[in-house]
Amino acid sequence: MEIVVKTRALAFASFLDRPVNGTGRLLLLLSIVALLAGGALPLWRISLVAPQYAEGLTLDMYAYQIVAGNNGQDLAEINTLNHYIGMKPIAQADFLEMRVLPFAIGVFALLALRAAIIGRIVTVVDLAVLFLYFGMFSLGSFVYRLYTYGHHLDPQAPMKITPFMPVVVGSQQIANFVQTSLPLAGTICMGAFFMLLVAVLVSSAREARREVV
Amino acid sequence: MSIPSRVLVGGGLAAALLVAAACNPPGSRTAASSDTSVAAKSFVPPGEKDEYYLFYSGGHSGQVYVAGLPSMRHISTIPVFAPYSATGYGFDQESKQMLGRFTWGDVHHPGLSQSSGKYDGRWLFVNDNANNRIARIDLRDFKTKQILGPIPNSSGNHGSSFVTENSEYVLVATRFSVPLPKGRYADPSAYKTEFNGMVSGIKIDPKTGEMAVGWQILTPPFNWDLGSTGKGPSSGWAFWTSYNSEMAHEKLEATSTQGERDYAAVVNWRAAEQAVKDGKATMLDGVAVLDPAKVAGVIYFLPVPKSPHGIDTDPSGRWIAASGKLQPVTSVFDFEKIQKAIAAKAFDGEVRGVPVIKYEAVIEGEVPVGLGPLHTQYDGKGNAYTSLYVESAVAKWTLPPWSDAQKKDLNTIISDKIPVHFNIGHLVVGGSDTKEPYGKYLVAMNKLSKGRHLSVGPSQPESSQLIDITGNKMTMLYEAYTEPEPHFAQILKADAIAPIEVYPKAENTHPNAVWDAAQTGVTRSGNKVEVKMVAIRSRFAPDRIDVRAGDEVTIHVTNVEQTTDMIHGLGIIEHDMNVVVDPGETKTVKFIAGKPGVYPFYCTNFCSALHQEMQGYLAVKP
Repeated sequence: MEIVVKTRALAFASFLDRPVNGTGRLLLLLSIVALLAGGALPLWRISLVAPQYAEGLTLDMYAYQIVAGNNGQDLAEINTLNHYIGMKPIAQADFLEMRVLPFAIGVFALLALRAAIIGRIVTVVDLAVLFLYFGMFSLGSFVYRLYTYGHHLDPQAPMKITPFMPVVVGSQQIANFVQTSLPLAGTICMGAFFMLLVAVLVSSAREARREVV
Repeated sequence: MSIPSRVLVGGGLAAALLVAAACNPPGSRTAASSDTSVAAKSFVPPGEKDEYYLFYSGGHSGQVYVAGLPSMRHISTIPVFAPYSATGYGFDQESKQMLGRFTWGDVHHPGLSQSSGKYDGRWLFVNDNANNRIARIDLRDFKTKQILGPIPNSSGNHGSSFVTENSEYVLVATRFSVPLPKGRYADPSAYKTEFNGMVSGIKIDPKTGEMAVGWQILTPPFNWDLGSTGKGPSSGWAFWTSYNSEMAHEKLEATSTQGERDYAAVVNWRAAEQAVKDGKATMLDGVAVLDPAKVAGVIYFLPVPKSPHGIDTDPSGRWIAASGKLQPVTSVFDFEKIQKAIAAKAFDGEVRGVPVIKYEAVIEGEVPVGLGPLHTQYDGKGNAYTSLYVESAVAKWTLPPWSDAQKKDLNTIISDKIPVHFNIGHLVVGGSDTKEPYGKYLVAMNKLSKGRHLSVGPSQPESSQLIDITGNKMTMLYEAYTEPEPHFAQILKADAIAPIEVYPKAENTHPNAVWDAAQTGVTRSGNKVEVKMVAIRSRFAPDRIDVRAGDEVTIHVTNVEQTTDMIHGLGIIEHDMNVVVDPGETKTVKFIAGKPGVYPFYCTNFCSALHQEMQGYLAVKP
């Protein structure tokens, strides 16, 4: 029994120490493309639709910017409307994430590149774990931002409304508006990056098993 | 159904008809079709848009009305020659300056700008018959951008604003001759010798649309009436009718109607343009004026039966239809024959140096359209539509070329006639004055509505009727009532233009525009107080202005909104001041602060849920 565990631990250690196989390297290169695309494409869309705004007001959140609909005018319009309920104006400058995210994506891309060239399985594991943490943290921070906007309302505002949690995925009614929030292509690319890392591990694991057999 | 019951129904119908006939005196007609399926043809469901714009002249209201076709719904009013507090026109410095010393005008004939003989959707020109002006409306924002005039040497600008095929010129003509230059006194009894008419071409800057007087041609004191511009074979030519070639100056009703024919002016505007370039003009009141007695080839007279009104070039540019109010015919002239007659000098003498073209040499036919023919429009399919004022109808007839049999009896080319209610003046077919008319709809603009509407007392609106012209027979579709008083109109396909709905912030060049409450403020220098203000839902910044009685107050107010229809107004209590500012626009108002007191100001154009709260104070200290 003890021997079996030891053998398994040794096998796992040697698996972690394996260089990434050819397929894995290709997948890693592909993952860099997905990651960079995720950095360039919009991650999330928040839209507001009301009878007077049938075509909707939209905010597209990117890793590095907020792009509002109607040539950017929708952001001003949302802020103008939000001032009635005392919500803090949404300003790109306030989003610290948008300065950190591009840097972080660069780091992940370099790490993936490093793994593709000289990487061992352990590097890919590290990368996947770090990225998962980074992804969950970013999402959490986004959710917290939404919470903050919905809860820190100026008590002097013309309209008093119960603090609310803007929906993160899906739709909900807020006064005369239907707010919809959905992930966009950028988030899917980010997910693809992570899935490709997993694929690298799976591919290498299968190869390792074949060698043992 | 059994036979007896059919007989019964038939008998009942006959009785009903008899009763109906008995109710109506002989000659009376049923008003319009009561067939409700017709309603579907002009029905535009709520939320859906019309297919065409209809730009009505507003007559002596001085404004232009915009309606949609086929619904005939009034959409908006474009103020041009008269203040209009609804949009703050005539209250801010810019529009005040444009209006000058006048508070009204008389808009008659809107003319859309053209490129290659088709509407290009850039500008709409309108004339002021009263104060000798012409205005340009920009169709990008539906706002009046320039008012030119009073135009020197031109008086009673009725024969306007007809646009040449590439918007080189917009026409202007004198209806009421006066001694020239204007401001000179002469006894009206010396009308024939001391008074003069003038036909003019107003040059349009091809890029900016800015207007300036291009050329003027001196004429005898006939009353220049209506005009049109040439295209195709008549490219480079312009035409005007006149009445009173008798040159009478009193009791015109009788004295100006004695002759069998009056003269139309046939003007070679390219030649006039060249003659001015060649230095053949004389300066009169700062404008280059051509005297046809000295400069040949710029103007010819064409006799037209009797007291003509409209003169309309067809889409091909070859046929010119002029209607004599007092003779039940529309005369059709062949421009190719006119050119031949001019080349062959087929003239019947001359009037003050202007050759008179031989009528017989150029007439194609006198079409017996009916009583009191005024204006003719074309559908581009070889049909012409002439308004009959006296007969209160529209006649449809076929343009030449005619067969020999048709020529023998021109009654045979009249294919339809439809009664209108009542006493039609102008009529409009979309694009009739272009190379490619839309056809489809005709709008009859009637001078009298005479009780067809709910009674509104003695002051009556006009009636406008929508007629479907797609079939062989015209069909009455709808009628609407318009404030006084549409004369001519223009129809423009909706997709020919894409107006802006907010003024983009980036385009605002107003030197005193501010976009943030932090940049606003009140500054004083001597007794002059200058305020930079922003308007945004639902507040003004600043919302308090402290001045002293008698101060000259200037407020630059910027509507910092960039959202469609988020319009703010600034009305100041008891200061006769209301300015309305569109999203992204800055307007400047200037006024003298009144007696000591506190004068609230407020948003006049409903903007938002807290519109009522959008207010402030002008505090006037002694």
